[in-house]
Amino acid sequence: MEMMSGAAMVVRALKDAGVKHVFGYPGGSVLDIYDALYVQDDVEHILVRHEQAAAHMADGYARATGETGTVLVTSGPGATNTITGIATAYMDSIPLVVLSGQVPTMHIGEDAFQETDMIGCSRPIVKHSFLVKRAVDIPGAIAKAYHIANTGRPGPVVVDLPKDIVNPQESHPYEFPSSVELRSYNPTLKGHNKQVKKAIEVIKAAKRPVMYVGGGAVACEATDSVTKLAETLGCPVTSTLMGLGAFSGVHQQSVGMLGMHGTFEANKTMHNADCIIALGARFDDRVTNNVAKFCPNATIVHVDIDPTSISKTVAAHIPVVGSIDRVLEQFFEKLEDFDTEAQAERLADWWQEINQWRAKKCLEYKTSDTQIKPQEVVQSLYKHTGGDAYITSDVGQHQMFAALYYPFSKPRRWINSGGAGTMGFGFPAAMGVQMAHPEAVVACVTGDGSIQMNIQELATCLQYNIPVKIISINNRALGMVRQWQDMIYKGRHSHSYMDSLPDFVKLAEAYGHIGIRVDKPEELDDAMKRCFAEKDRLVFMDIRVDQNEHVYPMQIKYGAMDDMRLSKTERT
Amino acid sequence: MRRILSVLMENEPGALSRLVGVFSQRGYNVDSLSVAPTDDKSLSRLTIVTEADDKVIEQITKQVNKLIDVLKVSDLSDGVHIERELMLIKVATRSESIRAEIKRNVDIFRAQVVDVDAHNYTIQITGTSDKLDAFAYTLGQSTEIIEVSRSGVCGLARGEKALRP
Repeated sequence: MEMMSGAAMVVRALKDAGVKHVFGYPGGSVLDIYDALYVQDDVEHILVRHEQAAAHMADGYARATGETGTVLVTSGPGATNTITGIATAYMDSIPLVVLSGQVPTMHIGEDAFQETDMIGCSRPIVKHSFLVKRAVDIPGAIAKAYHIANTGRPGPVVVDLPKDIVNPQESHPYEFPSSVELRSYNPTLKGHNKQVKKAIEVIKAAKRPVMYVGGGAVACEATDSVTKLAETLGCPVTSTLMGLGAFSGVHQQSVGMLGMHGTFEANKTMHNADCIIALGARFDDRVTNNVAKFCPNATIVHVDIDPTSISKTVAAHIPVVGSIDRVLEQFFEKLEDFDTEAQAERLADWWQEINQWRAKKCLEYKTSDTQIKPQEVVQSLYKHTGGDAYITSDVGQHQMFAALYYPFSKPRRWINSGGAGTMGFGFPAAMGVQMAHPEAVVACVTGDGSIQMNIQELATCLQYNIPVKIISINNRALGMVRQWQDMIYKGRHSHSYMDSLPDFVKLAEAYGHIGIRVDKPEELDDAMKRCFAEKDRLVFMDIRVDQNEHVYPMQIKYGAMDDMRLSKTERT
Repeated sequence: MRRILSVLMENEPGALSRLVGVFSQRGYNVDSLSVAPTDDKSLSRLTIVTEADDKVIEQITKQVNKLIDVLKVSDLSDGVHIERELMLIKVATRSESIRAEIKRNVDIFRAQVVDVDAHNYTIQITGTSDKLDAFAYTLGQSTEIIEVSRSGVCGLARGEKALRP
C-alpha cells in the first residue's frame, strides 16, 4: 500500500474522485494541503478573491456539467465565507464538496485562532458533513462525500479537516475505495409499479393535462425522456425557473415559465388543468401562489427523487418516488399502444383555449426612442449569442427578464440562484461555467446592485484569463425591491436606489478588462456585437436602462395561480 | 396528536445534532427524546415524542429518513406498542405522617424508594408518561417535590414487528 502524508492524501483523493478543478483560498489550517497541491499537476486550483465566490464558482461549474464542484478553504472565516454559497447550492440541489481546514483536533473547542464549528455552522444547509479525525480516514471520507453529493437528490457536502491530520511529517497508508456503499443511504430510483400504473391511468384519461417540469429534470439529465413524454401526450409543458431548458423553450408545446413571474399562458394553463404531471419540481411558494386556491380541478401526479418534496406544500394525489429518467421509462412501457391521434383530438379544445391565452402576448412591452428597456437588452443578448450561450444571472428584475426573454433550448444553459435568491451569484458562477467549458460563450446577466456583491472576482478573471461577458442592466436602483415598493409601499423607495455607483467602465479597465457603456437604444445592437467579438477578453457591459420598468406578468399575492398583474394598469 | 417516533441511526458523532436540527430548523416540537446505543454498538436507537397532525408527522418522518445517518424510522403510535418512561423524584419528608403517606402512594403506584435521607426520599418509578404525571401530581398533594428527572419515553412495537437494520 502506498504511504503518504494526510495533506498528500487529500489531493490524491481529489484526483481519484475525478476532480480536475478546485476553487479556493489558502490560510493557516490548509497550508499543508496547499503545499501538496503545489507539487502536482493533476488538480488545477483557481485562486479566488473571496471564499463566497469560490463556492459559487464551483456551483456554476457543477450546474454546467453535472459534475461535482469542489471548494477548498481554510478554517474560521475562510469556512464561514462559503456559507452563503453552500446554502445556494443546497436550495437548488447542486452537488458540491467543500473541504474546510480546521484547527488541530487537540485544540477543537478551545476557541483557538480561526476556529469555528464548521460542521455546526453548515449543518442545516448541507446534505451531509464529515469531521475527519484520523489521516487514514481521509480517502474514505472524501470518496463518501463525492458519492453522497452527486447521487439521489444532489447537494453540498462539507469535509472538515483538522490541521494535525494533514501533517506532512507523518506517513500513512493510502487506499481509495473502488466503490462506496452506505447501509443507511440508498436513494430510490425506480418508481413503484402500482403508483406508475395509477399515474398512467390518470394521465390517459386527462382532457386538460399539463407537464410541470423542474430542476430535477436537469439534475438527472431527463431532457430526452421529458421531450418524448410531452410529444407522446401532445400536452402543454411549463417549466419552473430551475427547469428552464430541460424542455426546450422554443418547442411549440412550451408555454414558458410558470409562477410569480410566469407567463400568462403558463399560469392560466396550470390553473385550468385537470391533470398536472409534476416532474422534479417542488411546488414552492414562488410557483403556487396561495396553496388554498392552487389549481382547484387538477389531479396531481408528482414524480420526484426526494420523498420530502412530495406533498410538502401541495398534496399529491399520485406520488411516485424515483428519478425522472427511470420513472419515465416505466411510463413509456405502459404507453406503448397509446393512440396519439385520438389524444390530439381529445386535447383539441384544450389547445384552442391555450392559444387564446398565448394570443394575449403577455411579454410585449413598449420600447422608447430615448431609453433602453431591460427586455431589449436580453433580446439583443439572445440575438448576438444565437440563443446558444451559457447564461448565468444574479437576483432581481434582470433575472426575471433573462428567464422570460431568453428561451433556453438546452438544459444546463440557464444558471441562476433559484431557491436561495443569492445576489452576487451570477458573476462567479459564470466563471465556473467558463472553467468547465473554455470554448463556450458565457454571459452573466446582472444588475448594478448584484454585480457589486462579488465584483472583486474581476481580478481572478484577469489572472486565469476567463473571458466571460458581464451584461449589467444598470437602472441605478435595486430594481425588484423598487418594483415592490412601487406596488405595495406607495412608491416609497426606502434604501433601494444607489446614489454612488462607480464608473463601471473605468472599473473594468482598472482590473485589466474591457468596459463598454451603452446609453441609447440605437447603440445597443452594435455594442452587443462588439462585446461578443472580443472572444478572449472579459467585457463589462454597463447598459443604462429605464429605471421605471417593472417585470410583468406578476402574480397577485394571496391569489390563485392565474391572478396576475399584466402591466402597471392591467390585471386579470 | 401525540406521536412516538422510533429511529434507528448510525452511532456516529454529529448524528444526534443533525436529527435534533431537523426538528428545530423545520419548526417541529420535541416533547421528549431518549437515545442510547443498541445491542449492535454501531447503531443508536432514539425515541422522540412529538405533537403533530397527520400531514406534519408525514413530513417529519420523511425529513428524518432523509438524513444520511438514519437507517429506519417508524411511528410507534401507528400500531399497538409498549412505551415506558423512568422518573426519579426527590420529595421532602418533613414528618412521620408525610413519610407514611408517601410510602402508601409508592406502593399503590408500584414505585420504589431508592434513596433515603434525613429529610427526603428519592423514588424511582417506571410506566407510561401519564402514570408518571399522575404519580408526581399525587406526591405534590401531600409534600414538597424537590426535584424531578425523567428519561423521556422509550418504546417498542408489540408482536413480531421490529426495527432492525
